[in-house]
Amino acid sequence: MARSFDAVIVGGGHNGLACAAYLARAGKKVLALERRHVLGGAAVSEELFPGFTYSVCSYVVSLLRPWIIRDLELSRFGLEMIPLEASFLPLPDGGSLLRGADPDETRLEISRFSRRDAETMPEFGRAMSKMGLFAKPIIDSQAPDPKSFRPGDLMQLLRLGRHFTNAPPDELELRLKLMTMSAVDFLDEWFESDVLKAPMAVSGIIGTFLGVRSPGTAYVLLHHYMGEIDGAFRSWGFARGGTGSVSNAIAASARHFGAEIRTQASVEKILIRGGEARGVVLESGEEIRAKAVVSGCDPRRTFFGFVGRENLPDEFCAGLDSYRFRGSSGKVNLALDRLPSFTCRPGNGTHLRGDIAIAPGIDYLEHAYDQAKYGDYSERPYLNIVIPSVVDPTLAPPGKHVMSCFVQYAPYDIKEGPERWPERREAFGDAVVDTLAEYIPDIREIILHRQVLSPWDIEKEYGLTEGNIFHGELSLEQLAFLRPVAGWSRYKTPVKNLWLASSGAHPGGGIMAAPGALCARAMLGGRRS
Amino acid sequence: MPRPTPFHPRTSELCTSLLYKEWAGCYAVRRYDVYHEREYYALRHQATVMDATPLYKYEVQGPDAAALLSRVMVRGFMKAKPGRVAYVCWCDQHGKVLDDGTVTRLGEEHFRVTSADPALAWLQRNARGLTVQVNDISRTLGALALQGPRSCEILRQIIGPSVADLAFFGAIAVNYQLDGKSVEGVVTRTGYTGDLGYELWIEAEHALFLWDALMEAGRIHGLLPMGLDALDVARVEAGFLLGGVDYTSARTAFIERQKSTPFELGFDWMVKLKRPDFVGKAALCSEKERGPARRFVGLEIHWDDFADIHEAFGLPPHLTPETCREGVPLYAGQRQVGYATSRTFSPLLKKYLALATLQSGHAEPGTELQIEVTCEYERKVARATVRELPFYNPERKKAKPPLAPAREGPV
Repeated sequence: MARSFDAVIVGGGHNGLACAAYLARAGKKVLALERRHVLGGAAVSEELFPGFTYSVCSYVVSLLRPWIIRDLELSRFGLEMIPLEASFLPLPDGGSLLRGADPDETRLEISRFSRRDAETMPEFGRAMSKMGLFAKPIIDSQAPDPKSFRPGDLMQLLRLGRHFTNAPPDELELRLKLMTMSAVDFLDEWFESDVLKAPMAVSGIIGTFLGVRSPGTAYVLLHHYMGEIDGAFRSWGFARGGTGSVSNAIAASARHFGAEIRTQASVEKILIRGGEARGVVLESGEEIRAKAVVSGCDPRRTFFGFVGRENLPDEFCAGLDSYRFRGSSGKVNLALDRLPSFTCRPGNGTHLRGDIAIAPGIDYLEHAYDQAKYGDYSERPYLNIVIPSVVDPTLAPPGKHVMSCFVQYAPYDIKEGPERWPERREAFGDAVVDTLAEYIPDIREIILHRQVLSPWDIEKEYGLTEGNIFHGELSLEQLAFLRPVAGWSRYKTPVKNLWLASSGAHPGGGIMAAPGALCARAMLGGRRS
Repeated sequence: MPRPTPFHPRTSELCTSLLYKEWAGCYAVRRYDVYHEREYYALRHQATVMDATPLYKYEVQGPDAAALLSRVMVRGFMKAKPGRVAYVCWCDQHGKVLDDGTVTRLGEEHFRVTSADPALAWLQRNARGLTVQVNDISRTLGALALQGPRSCEILRQIIGPSVADLAFFGAIAVNYQLDGKSVEGVVTRTGYTGDLGYELWIEAEHALFLWDALMEAGRIHGLLPMGLDALDVARVEAGFLLGGVDYTSARTAFIERQKSTPFELGFDWMVKLKRPDFVGKAALCSEKERGPARRFVGLEIHWDDFADIHEAFGLPPHLTPETCREGVPLYAGQRQVGYATSRTFSPLLKKYLALATLQSGHAEPGTELQIEVTCEYERKVARATVRELPFYNPERKKAKPPLAPAREGPV
């Protein structure tokens, strides 16, 4: 006799688990299934080299919603966040730029490149914070549905519309620019220094197959300032124990509320009878019945992998076919024998306690993109580096460190096809280490262990289609009521009782946990508990 | 003018912010850097060291030492075991709290008392007829609070691995290995942070050697010096009240209502009434009978309400990173039923927390009240829920610290 649940969740990533926790908290009988031996999906910590714990994929906690931390009591279940202290940009000529929490020090740093920019910076920060305040309610609630005429939806749309147009004209102008311009064009209107603009512009391209001069990339700049608003509150940070701690804390909370969670339980397909989801079938042949099925996986894997085109309307399939994944990044994780020392700023210091960008200029970034456009990884890629062991001693033995390098560009669709990645993987890793060596000359001597992940590896091991870290690009045409397909942005799907709770749903990727939580809210009738 | 502590030559070198407070007549660092955030996170994730020398410290010695402390404090010390520390408060004859501090039994006839305010006169006045010596060692005894999850690892390098066996609220006499020589001192597993931690007591003349040895041992563990601002956040998370902020000493109170009984402060657990006469006993017995009129509680302020109040003005929610010590009223409907005395945003719990005093009928955990919030000079209210203290209570606080296996040579 098959067991029956109120909801079965496919995928034990942080969003699937968050949905499970919220449903269990509302008294539902919930089962979450994870294919791998560890929970967390791409928010996972794994000890891949004895004594060294890597945040294998996602490496910082971005915009994890504070209300979710409170609702699910995540601190009680082991989540402890440590904020990033600074953004550091080393330069190949021995110069560097450090932007930290101390506004006066940051002003002095920037003024070494441009005094005008140094004075403009606080003004820019204020303007962006206002924008962030405008965008925040959007990521904390269901996406508005412009095609709906239900009173509740109309009210929400009206409120947002008023929210949008009630601003003074200069703010309105800024919003429109932010939503249409490229990151570089937008920043050009404010700043003159390339050294300042480059590390700011990159936040617009992370996880997309676009360049810093591609239109539409300015919008993502906002995400950084939304973090600022969350606060004293600082939602950009490390989780003690690696990003897997976020998933583990959510899982512990879900279990506390009564959810059941299984690992090494690989789902083969979602059971559909008469256009309705009835449960799942595992690869082992086991059948699990449930009143609702929730997918914590990305849209393509969910609908074309577990559901099948035959069970979906053509129009929806067409929408999904044009939904873009295009993984563009890889990851290199290093275990280090000692703290790396930068030529431009030797020794320990604040510069190692935040994120470090290898992005020494706009042209450098565009060159990196050029190679990717034609199917190569960048020989000199953009790197976003963190050394979380500097502030979190649980990750490595005393005196030793783990270094995480996010690498862009590494196109999924590499020349001659993605299946070429295994033979090019280590050469790609070498390119990253060679890039690092231009700033940290002795880096090769202190590497104890290296893990290289191409987008192909990310797809194979972590189930992210085309290795896209956000379950689909975070570009405006794939956000809000358009994510993942117009008309299906509110966690419901064309299959009755099948719900989408992943980063492929509004408000999108990153360790936010909002899609999972908002999906649960929608399932429970839209009430904020 | 405040005077420097024995650690001042080192702390002042590191205190680039030049931000000090006066603490018991001494210079005390508020924060070493422009922001105290790094110190706070080091405390919760690595380790911090804080100069606690300004505490008032007394040596109580003689055959009647235990009898004196039993007479003065709200609990007895006749049966206290050597090697144990007690957190305790003491009252005037009307059962109103004068101060709170620690009492450490170092030997059969040897105790050490710490207090926030001077206590020599009070101890001596109550020693009439007893064979006991009370000496003020406030200036000659240096104190460092070494706190945080890595504190045990660091301390073992200076006093050996036996430190891991020291129980919560235990005390041991130690030989600090400093600069090639062995220096006697005391280590207690105590603190004001609600975390794993120790307090290190040492004669002032050796203070700098201890500081240097700690900093060296702590280097690879991320040890940072910590000031009072980070401590003030941590102690609210830990639910520790602060004399002069969360309650007024009966000694300095101008009117009756400013005074508090131990029951009102949540010190019920430390008051032992079934024992011979002690200062304030009669008043405390009838207070216990009656039940306290007020209760000291934890509060969680509803963040969404707080954010909404700001959003109505087009502002993002804003709080100072330091603990705010300005009292604000608490309401149940239209009626004021108490006041919050310390408020802080907990970076770890992502919650806006307060320590508060409430009329007993409104003090049950889970009770919902309103707290005054001022935004743009306008008075508003946000909901706040009574919570049990402490807000933050990690297992490591009381557990036996796991030590890494001994390493060969330096790493």
